[in-house]
Amino acid sequence: MIRVQKEDFDVAAEMSRLTEGRHNVGGVTAFVGLVRDMGGEDKIKAMTLEHYPGMTEKKLSEIEMEARKRWPIEDVLIIHRIGRLEPGERIVLVLTASSHRKAAIESCQFLIDWLKTDAPFWKLEETTEGENWVKARDSDNDATRRWDKN
Amino acid sequence: MKILYFAWLRSTIGLAQETATPPSDITNVSDLIDWLRELSPAHTKALSDISAVRVAVNQSFASLDYPLASDDEVALFPPVTGG
Repeated sequence: MIRVQKEDFDVAAEMSRLTEGRHNVGGVTAFVGLVRDMGGEDKIKAMTLEHYPGMTEKKLSEIEMEARKRWPIEDVLIIHRIGRLEPGERIVLVLTASSHRKAAIESCQFLIDWLKTDAPFWKLEETTEGENWVKARDSDNDATRRWDKN
Repeated sequence: MKILYFAWLRSTIGLAQETATPPSDITNVSDLIDWLRELSPAHTKALSDISAVRVAVNQSFASLDYPLASDDEVALFPPVTGG
């Protein structure tokens, strides 16, 4: 399941909802992404998340389908926030539920790696020196490409 | 053809979207970008370095040689930075 929203999310409540009544689920993996102030020097005041409505949901659904093809997952939840967020706030949640821990852990990592390089979101940083668009990093591409051979 | 701009392409061009009617010899993404670049000084600036631009046609990633139809939705944006 995919959600793109301005509002914050409650990790424990989302996890309970995902697994309620599903006694074949043996484990859930959660990844929670937070707004980070690089170096902790209070340089970043906020980030504004922009996205491409329509394509975002399409790409996230494709990524979810790909994960379900590769691992025996009972359910998936991806929540990505948009709008203005301050350091420490939650940006993204990926939950994967499976009978087995290996599938839950690996598929969660796969989903967040793919999301970072394939879903159309952009971050505008507000810093003490002005605004700038966050640049994509090669290390993120490498993290996604390492799943290619699987 | 509907053209969408995101992130710094949107702020540099000063438009989130526009409707374009390129001439009939514009047949793929690369041709379209060459044509869009001439529309205004802001377009020229935003589209000067094509290696910094990613493209989606009808909400799927597309390469520069991807063929275009007149009713396509074409989005131009920098590499994504979500998550």
